[in-house]
Amino acid sequence: MNINLTMLMQAVAFFAFILFTAKFIWPPLMRAIETRQKEIADGLAAGEEGRHSLVRAEKQIAEMLVDAKTRASDIVAQGEKLKSEAVEQARTDAKTEAERILAAAKAEIEQEVHRAKESLRAQVSELAVAGAEKILKREVDAKAHADLLSALEKQL
Amino acid sequence: MAEEHALDATSYIQHHLTFLAEPVRESGGFWTLHYDTIVTSLILGVVVFGLLWLVTRKATTGVPSKTQAFVELSVRFVNDQVRSLFHHDYRVVAPIALTVFVWVLFMNAMDFLPVDIMAWIYQNIFHQHEWRGVPTADVNTTFALALSVFGLMIFYSIKNKGLFGWIKELISTPFGIKPLWAAPLLAIFNLLFNTIEYVSKPLSHSLRLYGNMYAGEIIFLLIGLWAATGVAGVIAGSILHLGWSIFHILIVVLQAYIFMMLTVVYISMAHEHH
Repeated sequence: MNINLTMLMQAVAFFAFILFTAKFIWPPLMRAIETRQKEIADGLAAGEEGRHSLVRAEKQIAEMLVDAKTRASDIVAQGEKLKSEAVEQARTDAKTEAERILAAAKAEIEQEVHRAKESLRAQVSELAVAGAEKILKREVDAKAHADLLSALEKQL
Repeated sequence: MAEEHALDATSYIQHHLTFLAEPVRESGGFWTLHYDTIVTSLILGVVVFGLLWLVTRKATTGVPSKTQAFVELSVRFVNDQVRSLFHHDYRVVAPIALTVFVWVLFMNAMDFLPVDIMAWIYQNIFHQHEWRGVPTADVNTTFALALSVFGLMIFYSIKNKGLFGWIKELISTPFGIKPLWAAPLLAIFNLLFNTIEYVSKPLSHSLRLYGNMYAGEIIFLLIGLWAATGVAGVIAGSILHLGWSIFHILIVVLQAYIFMMLTVVYISMAHEHH
């Protein structure tokens, strides 16, 4: 154990190496490490964010699916309703039409009856006049008794 | 090994434990340089820090190369250790810790080189008869490092507490200076305690590393001595040498680690107010 000038030389070398490390080695290396750490952290955060948005999207999809199903069943139900309504409507229309046709037919029949009556009436009055003529054995002046006849006709 | 030496145990060990010492003044004594220690440690330092620098220059923030990843691993290791111990601005201390760790580690690692083969290389290639390859087995190196840390410790103490605050701390801790009538007595004891503490820090710091590396070297030499006794000795020596080398990997790294941690702890203590 002999302490000598070597110690001073070693101390000087030590400080030189410390300065070199502190100036040229430590800062750039730490900068690289820290930058990479930050990049990795950012990447992880982005990945996490992506996963979150995926979960969100899946939730949204599920919601949309439920919504679409509800709407589809609504539409189907509405369709059913419309169909039954249309059937009902058609039935009603048909009934109305039938009634209308029936009514028209009845009216026509009535008219025919009426017409038949008219013509019958006219014939009856003619017959009556002819009968009366025969009874009276003389000609009844049709013109003179026109009022009487038409009144008679009306009574029939 | 040198042929002109008589091959006895004493001369063998002495030969391996002799520094290449050159007096720089007539008187010698303190004015002596161990060229082997200085040159080896400087070459190691320049090569290692040069390599670190080369890696750093090509450092990318993207995907690192394997070399960069390894260097970053070491740096992160040192950084994490420093941050776990040092609760102040660790940016000042971390480069010091890295320097200490890397340099000491590589100086210690010179111990892995087989003593006799290296001695032959120093002798026949570099024509140096006496050359010790492990700078940290030279007490000058460990004292230089420990006293530098000691200096940094006092520098940071004064920087953080002020000269007056530091002196006040020296005389007022750990016992305090109350009650007032006992203040002079307590101050003396406090100062004594602190002095012992301050002296023991660089002493234990440096001698721990020195002792471990020196002992490691000596055990390699003793194993080498056994190998000189014959065939059985060579076989037994080789096995022992292998075992001790493997164990020495632990010691080399552990001592470098301890040296770094103590450096950080001491400088950290200089930042703390009692």
